[in-house]
Amino acid sequence: MTLPVPPDTSALFRYVLRLGDLSLVLGQRLGEWVGHAPALEEDLGLANVALDLIGQARLLLSYAGEIEGRGRGEDDIAFLREHGEYLNPVLVEQPNGDFGQTILRQVLIDAFQLELYQRMMASTDQRLAEIAAKSVKEVRYHLRYSSGWLVRLGDGTADSHARVEKALESLWPYTVELFAEDELDRTMADQGVAPRLSEVKMAWLERIDEILSEATLRRPPDRSHAWHGKRGQHSEHLGYILAEMQHLQRTYPGARW
Amino acid sequence: MNLAPAPLDAERVRRAWTVLASVEDPEIPALSIVDLGLIRSVKPQPGGTLEVGLSPTYIGCPATEVIRRSVEDALRSADLGAFAITHVLSPPWTSDWITAEGRRKLESYGIVPPEHGASSMRDVLRQARPVGCPRCHSTDTECLSEFGSTPCKALHRCRSCLEPFEYFKCI
Repeated sequence: MTLPVPPDTSALFRYVLRLGDLSLVLGQRLGEWVGHAPALEEDLGLANVALDLIGQARLLLSYAGEIEGRGRGEDDIAFLREHGEYLNPVLVEQPNGDFGQTILRQVLIDAFQLELYQRMMASTDQRLAEIAAKSVKEVRYHLRYSSGWLVRLGDGTADSHARVEKALESLWPYTVELFAEDELDRTMADQGVAPRLSEVKMAWLERIDEILSEATLRRPPDRSHAWHGKRGQHSEHLGYILAEMQHLQRTYPGARW
Repeated sequence: MNLAPAPLDAERVRRAWTVLASVEDPEIPALSIVDLGLIRSVKPQPGGTLEVGLSPTYIGCPATEVIRRSVEDALRSADLGAFAITHVLSPPWTSDWITAEGRRKLESYGIVPPEHGASSMRDVLRQARPVGCPRCHSTDTECLSEFGSTPCKALHRCRSCLEPFEYFKCI
Protein backbone atom coordinates (compact mmCIF):
# COMPACT_ATOMS: atom_id res chain seq x y z
CA MET A 1 0.00 0.00 0.00
CA THR A 2 1.34 3.41 -0.87
CA LEU A 3 0.52 6.31 1.34
CA PRO A 4 -0.77 9.50 -0.26
CA VAL A 5 1.92 12.14 -0.60
CA PRO A 6 1.30 14.76 2.09
CA PRO A 7 0.84 18.26 0.68
CA ASP A 8 3.89 20.48 1.01
CA THR A 9 2.62 22.64 3.82
CA SER A 10 5.74 24.76 4.05
CA ALA A 11 5.37 25.83 0.40
CA LEU A 12 1.68 26.57 0.89
CA PHE A 13 2.49 28.51 4.05
CA ARG A 14 4.99 30.69 2.21
CA TYR A 15 2.64 31.21 -0.72
CA VAL A 16 -0.25 32.29 1.51
CA LEU A 17 2.13 34.69 3.28
CA ARG A 18 2.99 36.25 -0.08
CA LEU A 19 -0.67 36.95 -0.75
CA GLY A 20 -1.40 38.10 2.80
CA ASP A 21 1.65 40.35 3.06
CA LEU A 22 0.81 42.07 -0.21
CA SER A 23 -2.60 43.00 1.23
CA LEU A 24 -1.24 43.87 4.67
CA VAL A 25 1.57 46.17 3.51
CA LEU A 26 -0.54 47.94 0.89
CA GLY A 27 -3.40 48.36 3.38
CA GLN A 28 -0.98 49.92 5.85
CA ARG A 29 0.45 52.22 3.16
CA LEU A 30 -2.97 53.41 2.01
CA GLY A 31 -3.90 54.06 5.63
CA GLU A 32 -1.25 56.80 5.67
CA TRP A 33 -3.59 58.88 3.52
CA VAL A 34 -6.25 59.11 6.22
CA GLY A 35 -6.63 62.77 7.06
CA HIS A 36 -4.33 63.83 4.20
CA ALA A 37 -6.18 63.01 0.97
CA PRO A 38 -6.98 65.87 -1.46
CA ALA A 39 -10.71 65.73 -0.66
CA LEU A 40 -12.94 64.11 1.95
CA GLU A 41 -14.36 61.71 -0.67
CA GLU A 42 -10.88 60.42 -1.54
CA ASP A 43 -9.95 60.18 2.12
CA LEU A 44 -12.97 57.88 2.52
CA GLY A 45 -12.22 56.04 -0.71
CA LEU A 46 -8.60 55.23 0.13
CA ALA A 47 -9.50 54.32 3.71
CA ASN A 48 -12.21 51.94 2.51
CA VAL A 49 -9.85 50.22 0.08
CA ALA A 50 -7.28 49.97 2.90
CA LEU A 51 -9.90 48.36 5.15
CA ASP A 52 -10.77 45.75 2.53
CA LEU A 53 -7.06 44.98 2.08
CA ILE A 54 -6.57 44.56 5.83
CA GLY A 55 -9.62 42.28 5.78
CA GLN A 56 -7.99 40.13 3.08
CA ALA A 57 -4.76 40.07 5.11
CA ARG A 58 -6.65 38.87 8.20
CA LEU A 59 -8.19 35.93 6.35
CA LEU A 60 -4.91 35.00 4.67
CA LEU A 61 -2.60 35.39 7.67
CA SER A 62 -5.02 33.45 9.92
CA TYR A 63 -4.96 30.68 7.33
CA ALA A 64 -1.16 30.81 7.17
CA GLY A 65 -1.07 30.36 10.94
CA GLU A 66 -3.32 27.30 10.70
CA ILE A 67 -1.18 25.77 7.95
CA GLU A 68 1.94 26.31 10.03
CA GLY A 69 0.28 24.67 13.02
CA ARG A 70 2.41 26.31 15.67
CA GLY A 71 -0.39 28.27 17.27
CA ARG A 72 0.40 31.64 15.68
CA GLY A 73 -2.64 33.79 14.96
CA GLU A 74 -3.17 36.64 12.49
CA ASP A 75 -1.83 39.24 14.93
CA ASP A 76 1.33 37.29 15.78
CA ILE A 77 2.09 36.92 12.10
CA ALA A 78 1.26 40.53 11.22
CA PHE A 79 3.03 42.22 14.11
CA LEU A 80 5.82 39.99 15.34
CA ARG A 81 7.78 38.95 12.27
CA GLU A 82 11.09 40.41 11.15
CA HIS A 83 11.76 42.40 8.00
CA GLY A 84 13.09 39.44 5.97
CA GLU A 85 10.08 37.26 6.81
CA TYR A 86 7.65 39.49 4.90
CA LEU A 87 7.05 38.11 1.43
CA ASN A 88 5.20 40.94 -0.34
CA PRO A 89 6.38 42.25 -3.70
CA VAL A 90 8.39 45.45 -3.37
CA LEU A 91 5.84 47.50 -5.37
CA VAL A 92 3.35 47.66 -2.48
CA GLU A 93 5.89 49.04 -0.01
CA GLN A 94 6.86 51.98 -2.25
CA PRO A 95 6.02 55.38 -0.75
CA ASN A 96 2.64 56.90 -1.55
CA GLY A 97 4.11 59.90 -3.37
CA ASP A 98 1.40 62.27 -4.56
CA PHE A 99 -2.24 61.25 -5.08
CA GLY A 100 -1.50 60.37 -8.71
CA GLN A 101 1.30 58.00 -7.77
CA THR A 102 -0.89 56.29 -5.15
CA ILE A 103 -3.68 55.88 -7.71
CA LEU A 104 -1.32 54.49 -10.33
CA ARG A 105 0.14 51.92 -7.90
CA GLN A 106 -3.42 51.02 -6.95
CA VAL A 107 -4.45 50.41 -10.57
CA LEU A 108 -1.43 48.13 -11.08
CA ILE A 109 -2.21 46.09 -7.96
CA ASP A 110 -6.02 46.10 -8.27
CA ALA A 111 -5.76 44.70 -11.80
CA PHE A 112 -3.21 42.13 -10.60
CA GLN A 113 -5.41 40.99 -7.71
CA LEU A 114 -8.44 40.89 -9.99
CA GLU A 115 -6.83 38.59 -12.56
CA LEU A 116 -5.15 36.47 -9.87
CA TYR A 117 -8.18 36.00 -7.63
CA GLN A 118 -10.59 35.41 -10.50
CA ARG A 119 -8.49 32.39 -11.43
CA MET A 120 -7.82 31.33 -7.86
CA MET A 121 -11.56 30.83 -7.34
CA ALA A 122 -10.88 27.47 -9.05
CA SER A 123 -7.96 26.62 -6.73
CA THR A 124 -7.53 23.03 -5.55
CA ASP A 125 -7.09 24.54 -2.10
CA GLN A 126 -10.65 25.09 -0.97
CA ARG A 127 -9.87 27.75 1.59
CA LEU A 128 -7.92 29.85 -0.92
CA ALA A 129 -10.73 29.41 -3.44
CA GLU A 130 -13.19 30.78 -0.88
CA ILE A 131 -10.98 33.71 0.11
CA ALA A 132 -10.47 34.52 -3.59
CA ALA A 133 -14.22 34.44 -4.29
CA LYS A 134 -14.87 36.81 -1.41
CA SER A 135 -11.99 39.16 -2.28
CA VAL A 136 -12.62 39.39 -6.00
CA LYS A 137 -15.95 41.18 -5.50
CA GLU A 138 -14.26 43.95 -3.56
CA VAL A 139 -11.22 44.10 -5.82
CA ARG A 140 -13.51 44.75 -8.80
CA TYR A 141 -14.83 47.79 -7.02
CA HIS A 142 -11.32 48.95 -6.09
CA LEU A 143 -10.30 48.82 -9.74
CA ARG A 144 -13.38 50.75 -10.75
CA TYR A 145 -12.36 53.47 -8.29
CA SER A 146 -8.64 53.55 -9.09
CA SER A 147 -8.98 53.26 -12.87
CA GLY A 148 -11.69 55.94 -12.87
CA TRP A 149 -9.24 58.29 -11.20
CA LEU A 150 -6.32 57.33 -13.42
CA VAL A 151 -8.37 58.16 -16.52
CA ARG A 152 -9.37 61.51 -15.04
CA LEU A 153 -5.79 62.37 -14.10
CA GLY A 154 -4.14 61.06 -17.27
CA ASP A 155 -6.72 62.63 -19.55
CA GLY A 156 -6.94 65.72 -17.34
CA THR A 157 -4.76 68.81 -17.11
CA ALA A 158 -1.16 69.07 -18.29
CA ASP A 159 -0.05 68.95 -14.66
CA SER A 160 -2.12 65.88 -13.68
CA HIS A 161 -1.03 64.09 -16.86
CA ALA A 162 2.64 64.81 -16.19
CA ARG A 163 2.34 63.57 -12.62
CA VAL A 164 0.79 60.19 -13.45
CA GLU A 165 3.14 59.79 -16.41
CA LYS A 166 6.11 60.27 -14.07
CA ALA A 167 4.57 57.83 -11.58
CA LEU A 168 4.15 55.26 -14.34
CA GLU A 169 7.79 55.63 -15.34
CA SER A 170 9.00 55.17 -11.79
CA LEU A 171 6.66 52.36 -10.70
CA TRP A 172 6.52 50.26 -13.88
CA PRO A 173 9.86 48.48 -13.27
CA TYR A 174 8.47 47.10 -9.99
CA THR A 175 5.66 45.29 -11.82
CA VAL A 176 8.18 42.83 -13.28
CA GLU A 177 8.48 41.17 -9.89
CA LEU A 178 4.74 40.45 -9.72
CA PHE A 179 5.07 38.05 -12.63
CA ALA A 180 8.63 36.78 -12.17
CA GLU A 181 7.81 33.11 -11.62
CA ASP A 182 10.08 31.33 -9.15
CA GLU A 183 10.18 27.80 -7.75
CA LEU A 184 7.37 28.52 -5.25
CA ASP A 185 5.07 30.00 -7.90
CA ARG A 186 5.72 26.98 -10.11
CA THR A 187 5.04 24.49 -7.31
CA MET A 188 1.75 26.17 -6.48
CA ALA A 189 0.69 26.26 -10.14
CA ASP A 190 1.68 22.60 -10.62
CA GLN A 191 -0.52 21.64 -7.66
CA GLY A 192 -3.41 23.72 -9.01
CA VAL A 193 -3.33 25.92 -5.91
CA ALA A 194 -2.55 29.07 -7.91
CA PRO A 195 -2.87 30.05 -11.56
CA ARG A 196 0.20 30.26 -13.82
CA LEU A 197 1.70 33.73 -13.52
CA SER A 198 2.27 33.88 -17.27
CA GLU A 199 -1.47 33.51 -17.78
CA VAL A 200 -2.24 36.14 -15.15
CA LYS A 201 0.23 38.48 -16.79
CA MET A 202 -1.38 38.25 -20.21
CA ALA A 203 -4.81 39.12 -18.86
CA TRP A 204 -3.34 41.84 -16.65
CA LEU A 205 -1.47 43.48 -19.53
CA GLU A 206 -4.58 43.54 -21.65
CA ARG A 207 -6.55 45.23 -18.89
CA ILE A 208 -3.73 47.68 -18.05
CA ASP A 209 -3.26 48.63 -21.71
CA GLU A 210 -6.95 49.39 -22.01
CA ILE A 211 -6.93 51.64 -18.94
CA LEU A 212 -3.67 53.37 -19.93
CA SER A 213 -4.96 54.09 -23.39
CA GLU A 214 -8.15 55.61 -22.00
CA ALA A 215 -5.93 57.66 -19.67
CA THR A 216 -3.83 58.77 -22.69
CA LEU A 217 -0.73 57.15 -21.20
CA ARG A 218 1.76 54.82 -22.82
CA ARG A 219 3.09 51.64 -21.24
CA PRO A 220 6.87 51.86 -20.65
CA PRO A 221 9.05 48.94 -21.79
CA ASP A 222 9.83 46.19 -19.24
CA ARG A 223 13.27 46.52 -17.69
CA SER A 224 15.26 43.88 -15.89
CA HIS A 225 14.71 43.95 -12.17
CA ALA A 226 16.62 43.19 -9.02
CA TRP A 227 13.80 43.08 -6.48
CA HIS A 228 13.02 39.98 -4.51
CA GLY A 229 10.44 41.06 -1.96
CA LYS A 230 8.63 37.77 -2.60
CA ARG A 231 11.72 36.07 -1.13
CA GLY A 232 12.06 38.50 1.74
CA GLN A 233 14.60 40.91 0.24
CA HIS A 234 13.03 44.32 0.53
CA SER A 235 13.66 47.95 -0.28
CA GLU A 236 14.55 50.21 2.64
CA HIS A 237 10.93 51.42 2.75
CA LEU A 238 9.51 48.29 4.38
CA GLY A 239 11.54 48.82 7.56
CA TYR A 240 9.87 52.17 8.19
CA ILE A 241 6.40 50.72 7.62
CA LEU A 242 7.10 47.91 10.08
CA ALA A 243 8.60 50.24 12.67
CA GLU A 244 5.35 52.17 12.71
CA MET A 245 3.01 49.20 12.37
CA GLN A 246 4.71 46.99 14.96
CA HIS A 247 5.63 49.67 17.50
CA LEU A 248 2.80 48.94 19.91
CA GLN A 249 3.12 45.15 19.93
CA ARG A 250 6.87 45.36 20.31
CA THR A 251 6.70 47.86 23.15
CA TYR A 252 3.84 46.13 24.96
CA PRO A 253 3.98 42.50 23.84
CA GLY A 254 0.57 40.84 23.77
CA ALA A 255 -1.31 44.13 24.35
CA ARG A 256 -5.02 43.84 23.53
CA TRP A 257 -7.93 46.22 23.64
CA MET B 1 -27.15 25.62 34.42
CA ASN B 2 -30.52 25.60 32.75
CA LEU B 3 -32.17 22.19 33.28
CA ALA B 4 -35.50 23.01 31.64
CA PRO B 5 -36.18 20.70 28.67
CA ALA B 6 -35.04 22.20 25.38
CA PRO B 7 -37.89 23.29 23.11
CA LEU B 8 -38.47 21.10 20.04
CA ASP B 9 -35.96 21.72 17.28
CA ALA B 10 -38.40 23.16 14.76
CA GLU B 11 -39.77 25.50 17.37
CA ARG B 12 -36.26 26.55 18.41
CA VAL B 13 -35.29 27.29 14.82
CA ARG B 14 -38.46 29.29 14.25
CA ARG B 15 -37.90 31.30 17.43
CA ALA B 16 -34.24 31.87 16.55
CA TRP B 17 -35.21 33.38 13.18
CA THR B 18 -37.75 35.65 14.90
CA VAL B 19 -35.12 36.79 17.39
CA LEU B 20 -32.53 37.35 14.64
CA ALA B 21 -35.02 39.38 12.61
CA SER B 22 -35.05 41.85 15.49
CA VAL B 23 -31.26 42.37 15.46
CA GLU B 24 -30.58 45.72 13.80
CA ASP B 25 -27.67 46.37 11.51
CA PRO B 26 -25.45 48.77 13.48
CA GLU B 27 -24.81 51.03 10.47
CA ILE B 28 -28.30 50.99 8.94
CA PRO B 29 -30.65 50.43 11.91
CA ALA B 30 -33.71 50.52 9.64
CA LEU B 31 -32.72 47.02 8.49
CA SER B 32 -32.31 43.81 10.40
CA ILE B 33 -29.48 41.42 9.73
CA VAL B 34 -32.05 39.00 8.28
CA ASP B 35 -33.23 41.69 5.82
CA LEU B 36 -29.61 42.08 4.72
CA GLY B 37 -29.24 38.36 4.10
CA LEU B 38 -26.43 37.98 6.64
CA ILE B 39 -27.93 34.92 8.36
CA ARG B 40 -27.18 31.97 6.10
CA SER B 41 -28.58 29.15 8.21
CA VAL B 42 -29.99 28.16 11.59
CA LYS B 43 -29.50 24.44 12.21
CA PRO B 44 -29.80 22.30 15.31
CA GLN B 45 -26.74 20.04 15.66
CA PRO B 46 -26.89 16.44 16.92
CA GLY B 47 -25.53 17.47 20.34
CA GLY B 48 -28.35 20.02 20.73
CA THR B 49 -26.30 23.10 19.86
CA LEU B 50 -28.04 25.54 17.57
CA GLU B 51 -25.65 26.49 14.81
CA VAL B 52 -26.12 29.94 13.28
CA GLY B 53 -24.24 30.71 10.05
CA LEU B 54 -23.33 34.39 9.73
CA SER B 55 -21.79 36.00 6.62
CA PRO B 56 -19.83 39.26 6.72
CA THR B 57 -20.79 41.85 4.08
CA TYR B 58 -17.36 43.37 3.38
CA ILE B 59 -14.23 41.56 4.55
CA GLY B 60 -12.96 44.60 6.38
CA CYS B 61 -16.31 45.96 7.55
CA PRO B 62 -15.81 47.19 11.13
CA ALA B 63 -19.45 46.37 11.90
CA THR B 64 -18.85 42.61 11.55
CA GLU B 65 -17.65 42.19 15.15
CA VAL B 66 -20.50 44.31 16.49
CA ILE B 67 -23.04 42.24 14.56
CA ARG B 68 -21.60 39.03 15.92
CA ARG B 69 -21.90 40.30 19.48
CA SER B 70 -25.47 41.52 18.90
CA VAL B 71 -26.40 38.07 17.59
CA GLU B 72 -24.88 36.42 20.65
CA ASP B 73 -26.70 38.76 23.01
CA ALA B 74 -30.03 38.29 21.24
CA LEU B 75 -29.80 34.50 21.20
CA ARG B 76 -28.70 34.37 24.83
CA SER B 77 -31.50 36.58 26.08
CA ALA B 78 -34.05 34.54 24.10
CA ASP B 79 -33.07 31.47 26.17
CA LEU B 80 -32.75 29.16 23.20
CA GLY B 81 -30.19 26.88 24.80
CA ALA B 82 -26.67 26.25 23.58
CA PHE B 83 -25.72 27.94 20.32
CA ALA B 84 -22.64 28.47 18.17
CA ILE B 85 -22.07 31.18 15.58
CA THR B 86 -20.08 30.13 12.54
CA HIS B 87 -18.43 32.53 10.14
CA VAL B 88 -19.63 31.68 6.61
CA LEU B 89 -17.20 32.79 3.93
CA SER B 90 -18.50 30.71 1.07
CA PRO B 91 -20.49 31.40 -1.00
CA PRO B 92 -19.57 35.04 -0.42
CA TRP B 93 -22.30 37.46 0.61
CA THR B 94 -23.78 39.43 -2.26
CA SER B 95 -26.10 42.43 -2.26
CA ASP B 96 -28.50 40.20 -4.25
CA TRP B 97 -29.31 38.47 -0.95
CA ILE B 98 -31.00 41.55 0.51
CA THR B 99 -34.63 40.48 0.86
CA ALA B 100 -37.56 42.21 -0.89
CA GLU B 101 -38.55 43.51 2.54
CA GLY B 102 -34.99 44.76 3.06
CA ARG B 103 -35.03 46.60 -0.27
CA ARG B 104 -38.32 48.24 0.62
CA LYS B 105 -36.93 49.35 4.00
CA LEU B 106 -33.77 50.72 2.39
CA GLU B 107 -35.83 52.75 -0.03
CA SER B 108 -38.08 54.25 2.62
CA TYR B 109 -34.95 55.05 4.68
CA GLY B 110 -33.70 57.11 1.69
CA ILE B 111 -31.01 54.68 0.49
CA VAL B 112 -31.30 53.43 -3.07
CA PRO B 113 -31.24 49.60 -3.06
CA PRO B 114 -28.52 47.90 -5.12
CA GLU B 115 -29.00 46.81 -8.69
CA HIS B 116 -29.43 43.07 -9.18
CA GLY B 117 -26.80 40.94 -10.88
CA ALA B 118 -23.86 41.60 -8.64
CA SER B 119 -21.45 39.18 -10.28
CA SER B 120 -21.18 41.00 -13.58
CA MET B 121 -18.13 43.00 -14.66
CA ARG B 122 -20.16 46.16 -15.28
CA ASP B 123 -18.78 47.72 -12.13
CA VAL B 124 -15.16 47.43 -13.22
CA LEU B 125 -15.99 48.85 -16.60
CA ARG B 126 -17.74 51.79 -14.99
CA GLN B 127 -20.80 51.07 -17.11
CA ALA B 128 -23.45 50.62 -14.47
CA ARG B 129 -26.81 52.19 -15.28
CA PRO B 130 -27.52 55.61 -13.73
CA VAL B 131 -29.00 55.38 -10.25
CA GLY B 132 -32.48 56.91 -9.86
CA CYS B 133 -33.04 59.64 -7.25
CA PRO B 134 -35.03 58.28 -4.24
CA ARG B 135 -36.81 61.65 -3.81
CA CYS B 136 -37.84 62.86 -7.27
CA HIS B 137 -37.12 59.63 -9.23
CA SER B 138 -35.11 61.49 -11.87
CA THR B 139 -32.38 59.41 -13.50
CA ASP B 140 -30.30 62.52 -14.15
CA THR B 141 -27.93 61.76 -11.30
CA GLU B 142 -24.19 61.60 -10.77
CA CYS B 143 -21.83 59.71 -8.50
CA LEU B 144 -20.04 62.08 -6.11
CA SER B 145 -18.00 59.43 -4.37
CA GLU B 146 -17.56 55.70 -4.95
CA PHE B 147 -17.29 55.31 -1.19
CA GLY B 148 -19.76 56.71 1.30
CA SER B 149 -20.29 56.79 5.05
CA THR B 150 -19.99 52.98 5.34
CA PRO B 151 -18.16 50.38 3.19
CA CYS B 152 -21.47 49.28 1.64
CA LYS B 153 -22.62 52.66 0.28
CA ALA B 154 -21.66 55.20 -2.38
CA LEU B 155 -22.63 58.88 -2.46
CA HIS B 156 -24.67 60.24 -5.38
CA ARG B 157 -26.38 63.52 -6.24
CA CYS B 158 -29.52 64.25 -8.20
CA ARG B 159 -29.08 66.90 -10.88
CA SER B 160 -32.84 67.56 -11.02
CA CYS B 161 -33.71 68.18 -7.36
CA LEU B 162 -30.05 68.78 -6.42
CA GLU B 163 -30.29 66.57 -3.31
CA PRO B 164 -27.47 64.19 -2.40
CA PHE B 165 -28.42 60.59 -1.61
CA GLU B 166 -26.83 57.26 -0.79
CA TYR B 167 -26.73 54.16 -2.97
CA PHE B 168 -26.23 50.68 -1.54
CA LYS B 169 -23.34 49.30 -3.58
CA CYS B 170 -23.93 46.30 -5.79
CA ILE B 171 -21.40 43.57 -5.01
